[in-house]
Amino acid sequence: MTLSRRWLWAALLAGTLLVAVVVVTWLDAMAAVRDTPGDPPPALVALLLRPIADGPNAEVIRRGRALTVAGDCVGCHTRADGLPFAGGLGIKTPFGVIFSPNLTGDRATGIGAWTADEFARAMAHGIGRGGEHLYPAFPYTYFRTVTRGDDDAILAYLKTLPPVRYTPPANRLVFPVSLRPAIALWNAAFLPSAAVRPNRSPEWNRGAYLVDGLGHCGVCHTPKTVALSDKAGEYLRGGKLDHWLAPDLTGNPRTGLGRWSATDIVEYLRTARNARANAAGPMAEVVTYSTALMSDADLASIAAYLKTLPASPEAVAVAPDAGAMRRGAAIYVDACASCHLADGRGQPRLFPPLPGNAGLQQASSTTLLHVILAGARTGPTPARPTATTMPSFAWKLTDGEVADVSTYVRNAWGNRAAPVGGDDARAMRRALRLTDAILPRPR
Amino acid sequence: MTHADDPARGMIGRRQLFALGAAGALGAAARHDGMVGGTSERIAGTLPWADGQADAPDDAIRAGTAFLTTAERAFVTAAADRLIPPDPTGPSASQADVPDFIDRQLAGGFGHGEHYYLAGPWAKGLPSQGYQSRLTPAAYYRAAIAAVADHVGREHGGKAFADLAPTDQDAVLKALEAGKVDLGQVDAKQFFAMFLQNVKEGYFSDPLYGGNRDMAAWKMIGFPGAHYDYSEWVTRHGEPVPLAPVGLTGRPGWRKA
Amino acid sequence: MAQRMKPVDAVIVGFGWTGAIMAQQLCDAGLSVVALERGAAQDTSTGFATTFDQDELRYMWRHKLFQNVAHSTLTIRNNPGQTALPMRHLGAFLLGTGVGGSGVHWNGQIWRALPSDFRTRSHNIERYGAASVEGLTVQDWPVSYADLEPHYNTFDLLCGTSGKAGNLGGATQPGGNPFEGPRSAEFPNPPLTYTYGPALFADAAARTGHHPFPHPAGNLSRPYTNPLGIQMGQCTYCGFCEKFGCGNYSKASPQASIIPYVLTKPNFVLRSESEVLRVERTPDGKRATGVTYVDSSGAEFFQPADIVVLAAYQLHNVHLMLLSGIGPPYDPATGKGLVGKNYCYQTMANIEVFFDDKLINPFIGAGSHASVIDDYNGDNFDHSRLGFIGGAYIAALVTGGRPIEMTRTPPGVPAWGLDWKRAAAKYYRRSFNLSVHGSSYAQRGNGLDLDPTYRDQFGRPMLRMTFDFSPNDVKMSNYCADRAIEIAHAMGVSAVKPKRLKTPFDIVPYQTTHTIGGTMMGATPADSVCNRYSQSWDVSNLFVTGAGLFPQNFGYNPTATVAALAYLSAEAIKTRYLKAPGALVTA
Repeated sequence: MTLSRRWLWAALLAGTLLVAVVVVTWLDAMAAVRDTPGDPPPALVALLLRPIADGPNAEVIRRGRALTVAGDCVGCHTRADGLPFAGGLGIKTPFGVIFSPNLTGDRATGIGAWTADEFARAMAHGIGRGGEHLYPAFPYTYFRTVTRGDDDAILAYLKTLPPVRYTPPANRLVFPVSLRPAIALWNAAFLPSAAVRPNRSPEWNRGAYLVDGLGHCGVCHTPKTVALSDKAGEYLRGGKLDHWLAPDLTGNPRTGLGRWSATDIVEYLRTARNARANAAGPMAEVVTYSTALMSDADLASIAAYLKTLPASPEAVAVAPDAGAMRRGAAIYVDACASCHLADGRGQPRLFPPLPGNAGLQQASSTTLLHVILAGARTGPTPARPTATTMPSFAWKLTDGEVADVSTYVRNAWGNRAAPVGGDDARAMRRALRLTDAILPRPR
Repeated sequence: MTHADDPARGMIGRRQLFALGAAGALGAAARHDGMVGGTSERIAGTLPWADGQADAPDDAIRAGTAFLTTAERAFVTAAADRLIPPDPTGPSASQADVPDFIDRQLAGGFGHGEHYYLAGPWAKGLPSQGYQSRLTPAAYYRAAIAAVADHVGREHGGKAFADLAPTDQDAVLKALEAGKVDLGQVDAKQFFAMFLQNVKEGYFSDPLYGGNRDMAAWKMIGFPGAHYDYSEWVTRHGEPVPLAPVGLTGRPGWRKA
Repeated sequence: MAQRMKPVDAVIVGFGWTGAIMAQQLCDAGLSVVALERGAAQDTSTGFATTFDQDELRYMWRHKLFQNVAHSTLTIRNNPGQTALPMRHLGAFLLGTGVGGSGVHWNGQIWRALPSDFRTRSHNIERYGAASVEGLTVQDWPVSYADLEPHYNTFDLLCGTSGKAGNLGGATQPGGNPFEGPRSAEFPNPPLTYTYGPALFADAAARTGHHPFPHPAGNLSRPYTNPLGIQMGQCTYCGFCEKFGCGNYSKASPQASIIPYVLTKPNFVLRSESEVLRVERTPDGKRATGVTYVDSSGAEFFQPADIVVLAAYQLHNVHLMLLSGIGPPYDPATGKGLVGKNYCYQTMANIEVFFDDKLINPFIGAGSHASVIDDYNGDNFDHSRLGFIGGAYIAALVTGGRPIEMTRTPPGVPAWGLDWKRAAAKYYRRSFNLSVHGSSYAQRGNGLDLDPTYRDQFGRPMLRMTFDFSPNDVKMSNYCADRAIEIAHAMGVSAVKPKRLKTPFDIVPYQTTHTIGGTMMGATPADSVCNRYSQSWDVSNLFVTGAGLFPQNFGYNPTATVAALAYLSAEAIKTRYLKAPGALVTA
């Protein structure tokens, strides 16, 4: 649906008056809505960073803001051309498309009229204001561990957001999932019990709380069953979604964070890059809108927690074809060395080094193929604003060439991972609806 | 919108203007100043980017397009082979598919005058003022080749340029180069310069444009092509650089033998 | 009827180097800023990516990154007695277009002018007498080298300039340019490494008593993070730099060095494909109210602003001033008027050198990869009996070996045929070029004004350029070319092919894109268009950036001085103008 510009402006104005938080940067950012609908990313970051005026409830609101950032709520609750937190983003699931609701303070279409109890029930049990079951695209299975005090703070913050009157489109789901009560069955089957807290340091516990709770890292990083529940025993070992692979976060030295120090992890989450990798794809957005804006202490806690995860098992090595490696090396030196350099060492924090690169050596080549074919953009962050971008090779490399160079980078310089076939490249090219490499090739 | 060359016309949409080209030339649609076009954008945050976005070369996709008639093509082939004749050093212009290259270029944006201002009024101008014709490069070629054919026919008993002995062909080309032939609305010197430039372009450009077959011209001079990282060669003064030439779409080493 | 946009504190016309610098400076000061760029958005990974950037035909010869004259051109003549005709195809200069402007396809040559260059008129009169400037309309700048030094330094830090200082705070440094003005700091990065060509030149120049040094380069010798937090990569000497965008973030450019930062500012918006038609003013003409622009659909908009910054290319800034009726237009026939006066160029000669016994491999290159001598630049040498003023640097500049452009053949070889082919095959790898990059001093008959006949796509009169090289500059260029030839022989060349300055000025062969002047800065409204802060004398809330501010051109590439002037202007706006809007210099 299209909103009238005048209406949007009025809503924004009303919102600002309502919360009496008039901040210059915010006004400027939002004023742009007048001439072109759509709020671009920086205004979103600016919104998340805007000062919260002193007042009786300021501490709670500030804490709520930090928690909202940690939960990356804005990631799902803002559509591409929409206002922050107004919802309407279509989330693709195997069962259909689910549209995120409006989290702004609007009483009619947002959460303006919600009580703290209603909000806490939604967070913990996935039950909406009217008692309906929410779909687990809303990760209440993770949020149920969030404390009641934190739930209250989040709601307090959300209620300060300028109300936007916007009703997201109706979900488009297949039967019987389209019947909300069906979720009760899902809940009964899969809703995990609250995490057990072993006798660890407060920092570790804080990290576990963020990773397993608001951070809902497992939504992407833990493999899923056909019913989209977490696979037992494969906690944070890497999962596929939307033609990306969220990599292994365990202590595996080849595919996981085994070679990363806690400092590496913090730097990655703060700046979207470190000496080993750049954050691209969905993780780039997570960093830009969430982790880059979190406190040092919380990032350190996450790192401390992740560094204690036991390593996932080593994959069985499959020797790559010598011809593929030879062709892949030729393609590499001509097409990749411009940035990753002839010896693969790259230019750390700008062009990631490839020897020892965990992302390359995942069991699945999904992310590698995605990045080669579509290109990938490093998330811009306040500390490092450069959105270094790998160009798309879809127009340039054939499926066979993409496969060969993928096999090469997965197995050169001591790397080891399963070879990649042309069919895999073809499937990714089709899935991403990218062009074929049809230009003539020199003899 | 037939007033594109009328300086007194009223305001018309820029997009329409781009679609028309300055003299109503076709083929310039949806491109703004030679770049990815599109509507005016309101940009904040980062410069726009999307999966798979690449302003990749597309002229080569027009392979098979042709502008030249058979007779024109015969002239271009014969003349180009006098500018770059065959010998063991490397391929001749036609052995490097230069006529194909020129034909495609004339059929494409270059031929249409995509980057030429062609509106009037027109005057002959001084040499220092450069190209002053109202013709697109493709039309300029057509007019020039016809005029050269007339000239050659008069001087050589009705023969076509392609049928002349090489020494006679060279004499014609030298006369054009010196501006000693009257080609009517075409300036002989200017046409020769454009043709020589286009021949060298076809000989040395990336093979995806249809010339430089097998990258043989690059091999002849020792240019490694679209090689991006020479870091290790910077301090190796005077050494041969034995890198196989590579085009934007690769080289034989990328593929199964 | 133009649609009225939301008023902003400042509107910037053009989003290349100076547009981005002004935007960054003004946004950091808290102003709301809109930049209007007439070209399209373009970025590294999509517009000039490593995957397709190395395409000589498309970028150099088909003008991929250059202004398309089909949509926007100007008319040209050599003197007021001729009829100007449109430049129907780009040649002598290659203006940029789109976001980043010419900063996308520049070489990255980051030069500071000499202290004496800012006093061209008085310095030469003091040393050589009044006759030395006769026939020239050269003027002193209203700023000194010392005024600009901190801002040159800011630009070096932004770009990560790679080089070696020759003068740190007055102390001569070995390995650098001993003639340069004092620097407050060493270059942020060490110089690029010489390939064979520059190494041979540096050696020969030193042996013949000259003072070679590495060219200050915006092509980075190592990875770098600038003060805005923006990361740049290390140059890989790919040889596709000048006339090309950089695909691997290693050439300083608006995209690589500043735009990512500016775009994160919540008080900044860039509108692409938005071409400004004119500056609007209050009825008394004394204040700008904003600008009128057209978007790609043809719709017309009025953008109100408290401050207007003209940051388009020099020629376009002059054009907008003339079209907006701001300042007295210059008439090259009578020498009256100011806007368009002292239009100058850069006086170029090239000395091609050939070696039978040495492989130069010129394809290993970068835009500013050179060894240079500055012994014959500015007033670094005694002009007493030479009959000219000004000078040139001589650079063994190996920017790459794009074969259509750079397949050189020795003197005596015809331009085509079997002999050409054999010579091309032999000498492509065995040759390079010495660039003699000289000053261009103003004379009365040159200038920019509105063409009486030709109109642009919006029905406005085209800009008309009247230009030829002055006798002074011809003498200067030939003298410096002779010095370059002497050094060439000292390199042990097998052949030298001088390509001297050709007169009259010819728009066909590429020479350089250093067009300057026309909105020159000066000490009083009687002799200039802008004051020392780039502020219009006539309209105090109008600021003009770019090389149009130069009263004449020195022997260096203009970009660093252009940037320094923008920083100086921004500083004055932030520290003085915002507190008391009005003229920053009393007329």
